Amino acid sequence: MSPAAPTAMRQGLHSCETCGLLSRPAPGEAEGRCPRCDEELVFRKPASFQRTWAFLIAAAVCYIPANILPVLTTTTAAGAESDTILQGVVLLWSPTGWPLSLIVLFASIMIPSAKILALAYLLITAQRGSITNNEQRIRLYRMVDFIGRWSMVDVFVDTFTAALIQLQPLMSVEPGPGLFFFAAVVVLTMLAAESFDPRLIWDAMSLQEVRHA
Amino acid sequence: MSSHVYNQPFADSMVVACPHCDLLQRLPELAPGASARCPRCNKELWRHREDSLNRTLALTLGAAVLYVVANSVPMLGLTIVGRQASTTVIGGAEHLWNEGSQAVAALVLLTAVIAPALQIGFMLAIVLGALRERPPKWVGTLLRHHPTTRTWSMIEVMMLGVLVALIKIADYATVVPGIALFVLWALVFLLAGMQTSFDSREVWERIQWAQAGARPGSAGDRVTEETS
Repeated sequence: MSPAAPTAMRQGLHSCETCGLLSRPAPGEAEGRCPRCDEELVFRKPASFQRTWAFLIAAAVCYIPANILPVLTTTTAAGAESDTILQGVVLLWSPTGWPLSLIVLFASIMIPSAKILALAYLLITAQRGSITNNEQRIRLYRMVDFIGRWSMVDVFVDTFTAALIQLQPLMSVEPGPGLFFFAAVVVLTMLAAESFDPRLIWDAMSLQEVRHA
Repeated sequence: MSSHVYNQPFADSMVVACPHCDLLQRLPELAPGASARCPRCNKELWRHREDSLNRTLALTLGAAVLYVVANSVPMLGLTIVGRQASTTVIGGAEHLWNEGSQAVAALVLLTAVIAPALQIGFMLAIVLGALRERPPKWVGTLLRHHPTTRTWSMIEVMMLGVLVALIKIADYATVVPGIALFVLWALVFLLAGMQTSFDSREVWERIQWAQAGARPGSAGDRVTEETS
């Protein structure tokens, strides 16, 4: 018997990502479909490292224009004024509005950058075959996966602000070019988190460590 | 590479691999309400929901009604020096589209309107199909795609965004909350309840298999056996 932790992959078993059924490839076959839900079975998400890196790098590239370009343009009788995400946070800051200002700061600036850094860290450590801090790394992955959607907050704020404030010629608000890049960052980081296979965190350990379950 | 050869199911349907760390383990028999976690990575593997299908059906029907109402009445309005404006969820996306931000408008429409509709519609069909003695294959097809609709359905995020927008706008104008605003808040809770009351493992255990005849007579049959 192997002393390593018994994983499905080591036992040559496919665990269906869709329905959870455990199954064994038919004799002489390397791959097959899930007999229960018809999903094509794989041991790990295909090209997980490459796909996650691709989405992540694209997100990091979009992150720059997302923060430099204005997301909203306000036109009043006095002229037009454009605000970036950070300027929007500053504008919201007031004796009563500061909690919301903090929410936007977290959701729009800290979460996207933290997500990119966290996923890069998970990718690098998994690719280097790290076997330490697995519990922390899987918790980090779950946090990234759970919290990512909340970055969309600013997209909705700007959408409804622009839709409502249409009081020409008094005042009108229009979306700016930064909004597109910001939405792209949110979508790309969500796709990156989806393409990452958390089992890759444990694969190096499964090969070496003695079972302790 | 696509393959049309089916795998052979593992004999014991209670043996699973953790989706987050691949550790093989045997699920314990769980009392309704109890849950099992992976001993290695602490991922929740299964939570046995009590009276899952009936409760999910009730919550899904409620969510469907609220969804229709929420999308047919105004959500936010404002008045400023005698002028009025109001918008629905779809109206917000429509405005972005007309202003040239088509991609962002499509994303808003997807996450606030289309994905929630699919999330509710799929769930309704899944539960109705699963209430049959032997859930047909199409239940599995819907169940397969349901997590995607859930990922992109972001009503709760939208509501936080609306709250921020509301407070921003309150600086310039009097904000008039529309009926949809309250309905959407209720919908957030119903959707959360719908997801937590649903036990996908229970449905998968009873479903008609993709490969005809491969389905082992397993513990999953116990639910239906008593009806015949």
